[in-house]
Amino acid sequence: MEQVEKIFETRELNVNMGPQHPATHGVLRLVLDVDGEKIVKVTPYVGYLHRGMEKLGESLSYFQALPLTDRMDYVSAMSNNIGYVVAVEKLFGIEAPERAKFIRTIVGEMSRISNHLLWLATHALDIGAMTVFLYCFREREWILELFEMICGARLTVTYPRIGGVRNDISQEFLDSLYKFTEEFPSRILEYETLIDQNRIWLQRTKGIGVISAEEAINWGLTGPTLRGSGVRYDIRKHIPYDAYDKVDFDVPIGTEGDTYDRYRCRMIEMRQSNNILRQCIEILPPGPVMADAPKFTLQPKDIMMPVTHPTKEHAFFIEEKTCKGCGMCLRACPAKAIFGEKKKPHKIKQELCLSCANCYVACKFKALKIIPGGKGLSDEKLAEMAASAAIAEEIKKATELLVEQFTFIKKGPRVPEGELYVATEVPKGELGFYFVSDGSGKPYRMRLRSPSFVHASVLPRLCDGHLVADVIANIGTIDIVLGECDR
Amino acid sequence: MGIFENIISPAALDSLIKFGIDVGIILIKIVVVLGVALLHVAYATYFERKVIGHMQVRLGPMRVGPHGLLQPFADGLKLFFKEDVMPSEADKPVFYLSPIIFMAAAMTSLSFIPYTGNFMIADVNVGLLFLFAMSGLGVYGIFMSGWSSNSKYAFIGGLRSTAQVISYEIAMGLSLVGVMIMAGSLNLSDIVKAQENSTFGIFAIPQIIGFIVFVIAAVAETNRTPFDLPEAESELVAGYFTEYSGFRFALFFLGEYIGMLIMASLCTICFLGGWTIPWYITKILPFLSYVPGIVWFLIKVYAFIFFYYWIRATVPRYRYDQLMGIGWKILIPVALANILVTGLVKILW
Amino acid sequence: MAIVMAKLSESAIKKDPAQIAEKIKEKFPEDVVEITNFRDQGSVIVKKDRIVNICRYLHDEADLRFDLLKDLCGVDYKGKKEPRFEVVYTLYSIRHRHMIRLRAQVHENDPKINSVTPVWIGADWHERECFDMFGIIFSGHPDLRRILLPEDWEGYPLRKDYPLAGPEKEWQGFVEVLEKAKELKEFDWEG
Repeated sequence: MEQVEKIFETRELNVNMGPQHPATHGVLRLVLDVDGEKIVKVTPYVGYLHRGMEKLGESLSYFQALPLTDRMDYVSAMSNNIGYVVAVEKLFGIEAPERAKFIRTIVGEMSRISNHLLWLATHALDIGAMTVFLYCFREREWILELFEMICGARLTVTYPRIGGVRNDISQEFLDSLYKFTEEFPSRILEYETLIDQNRIWLQRTKGIGVISAEEAINWGLTGPTLRGSGVRYDIRKHIPYDAYDKVDFDVPIGTEGDTYDRYRCRMIEMRQSNNILRQCIEILPPGPVMADAPKFTLQPKDIMMPVTHPTKEHAFFIEEKTCKGCGMCLRACPAKAIFGEKKKPHKIKQELCLSCANCYVACKFKALKIIPGGKGLSDEKLAEMAASAAIAEEIKKATELLVEQFTFIKKGPRVPEGELYVATEVPKGELGFYFVSDGSGKPYRMRLRSPSFVHASVLPRLCDGHLVADVIANIGTIDIVLGECDR
Repeated sequence: MGIFENIISPAALDSLIKFGIDVGIILIKIVVVLGVALLHVAYATYFERKVIGHMQVRLGPMRVGPHGLLQPFADGLKLFFKEDVMPSEADKPVFYLSPIIFMAAAMTSLSFIPYTGNFMIADVNVGLLFLFAMSGLGVYGIFMSGWSSNSKYAFIGGLRSTAQVISYEIAMGLSLVGVMIMAGSLNLSDIVKAQENSTFGIFAIPQIIGFIVFVIAAVAETNRTPFDLPEAESELVAGYFTEYSGFRFALFFLGEYIGMLIMASLCTICFLGGWTIPWYITKILPFLSYVPGIVWFLIKVYAFIFFYYWIRATVPRYRYDQLMGIGWKILIPVALANILVTGLVKILW
Repeated sequence: MAIVMAKLSESAIKKDPAQIAEKIKEKFPEDVVEITNFRDQGSVIVKKDRIVNICRYLHDEADLRFDLLKDLCGVDYKGKKEPRFEVVYTLYSIRHRHMIRLRAQVHENDPKINSVTPVWIGADWHERECFDMFGIIFSGHPDLRRILLPEDWEGYPLRKDYPLAGPEKEWQGFVEVLEKAKELKEFDWEG
């Protein structure tokens, strides 16, 4: 009898969901104890994407750590960059010029829209609405193209800089963006026709993952995940940064604290972001885009351009008296534009030259000269220009500056001693940076407080008493990215 | 001939030859139906991808052949040559058997469907019941695959699917009872003929409730969105066939699409008049009566299949308890009420 | 519609970090070690023993009401300060919109501090991370395991004496993966 009882012992089914699973948004791993379809216990495991960013940050200067932040929340990299530069600027005690602030607000809100679009797409796909997914990607593509227009990158942008932004935006970009903001509200309506009043959507999201305001705060939730529960907390309003105190926008707040309310909050947030974009385009003041603080910011790159980025306009010329005829440049030239016998001065066939600067790098004797804007001139003219002091001076200055900037980036600026926590409102919630500075150019301690990490911790609470299918809805509703969660 | 005469009597030989010819004809029919069905499956996937693609502002397959027309063959080839992976702890015989059962059940159903007035493989008097029996048998394939894979996802998928198909089978069966009462037969060609002579020309109008219940149950029966819980990719990866790959996966795939074809055909036969068109349409447009019956049949079937795709592109997925709720709390009572009303009308008329 | 548009109200009783620090000092005179201020952000350095009481007070007191634990992390001051570790609590009051930072000192030879999960349940994962990275043990924590690193990891990476390039001895899990890869090499498809 005892034997039989042992055989027919029942226990919960233990399902391992992830780290490779279509609905866990990356490498989140959940261990579910299920009783039939009912969830008994959820245990999240994170860390599969841990890259030791905090440790890395301690060994990099403030300038060098900026691209790390792209790799945290890779679906809204722009917002993370902004969060980082805002925090570092506060630590340095500098302030970005007005125009840069507005540009940062623009790209930050664009990033918010693209993040929410991706969120909606995957959330809807998880619940089974496939078409919304592709509709959202259509508009997200548009935003990414706009990003490409400003900085050449689509995903990991690293566009904002400490003290401003990398480069000014063009009128062409503003026009395209304006077109986007005109079109976008109707596109939101398009998504809503598919799911907003859909009975199945309502049944799947209403009353799922309910969390009360007090509890949500106690868990440390932030962003739309918190606001869905009806808490008026938005850092853009509480501690305004960039240009958020100069634009007018509302913060949507839910009442029930369920998946549907969080969904509505994010939908309205997209509309509000669209409004902010339009206001910023209208207000956008003229002026510089980098702060005038040479001790803390990098010099614009175009001064160093002749050395670092030779364009087609640049001509190269071999100075006869310094050339030893070693043949290094001859071997380095991909276009075979250099000719000459050994031990005798070489020459460049200007019509074949690609201006690739390989010969300039290869030359050990500094016989090669860069002549800005010298393309198409005759050899005699080039020789004359190469001999002139002005051009030599320009190149020398650029080279010196390059070296100087190199060491500056590597070493970092002199930073006042102290500690500082600065948070910004990224699309997912509150992204905080806590710096402990010991006066050197590298942070003594760089702490990244990521919203996804906190939100992932609340999953067991949200899934309490629900069914397996609701786990998916709950993973979607807290909007996590594991790159940011694991850092 | 001479030799046989000594062994068998001429009369018996005569019947034997007749039997041989019959078998030959049936074999040819089977080959034709199977060939057409397989080709249909190949192009149903293409059709689905194109239709859903255009609904989702993209193009669908475009690379293989003009407008991607050869895509199904490329897919088929790929599935043929893929490695056949089996989980190490799987129950081997059952694992091998289950896709075959699933596929065979679906294939067998094809033989009872009257495509036009005189083209069907087997004219069985209980055709409708037989179709149910076969689709019920397919569940064994699903359940066995879920059990034998030794994977929890497949197991849950198999369980879900079994529960779902069984509950919706009841609703579907009940929804068709009204049709049976009206036609007074279980023979599928008789049902079509009964519609041809009826007042409305198709049973979908008097049996509108049964029709709606049938359509919903048919979607659930074939595990399609919004009832695709057994293979809900966001929860269970691929449900009961998570562990299948290569050709065995293709068998499940074929079975599923043939299942859709059967459901569409059944709908066409029982509610939309099969290969006939209502008399009032031919009265208004007499030239339409020259169109062969098979064309009407196919148009109706593909309209129904298009409807499947359309739903898939539009709605999210139900949760398990909601799905069961709809089946047991709404569809079955409604279908029962429909039977009652139909029976009363039949008696009183 | 369940969504309300909120113009965030300005009816908060915002307090200076210095005022808050004073209040803490008044209430817990023996525990406060130092009060610092940098760029309008105040920190109160406290002893670790009564950290839960201090947090409970800050959370419950009506005109402080620090309901949101923004962040909890550890800092290693090896060779710079004594005691070596600090656990940093960044607190914020959503109602009153003020912020304060608590820094609890933890000694190297006894890296233990009480867990604040009874006050803020959200501290759960933060404390696990702090344990994972610094080896600070939070007594009273419901489930103190490593979180970002594998369970059998050796050492505490964010300590200053932990080498940036990682430990010399490879992690056992990775060694196993390498062995497995070698073993399965014969099935490699030479494409």
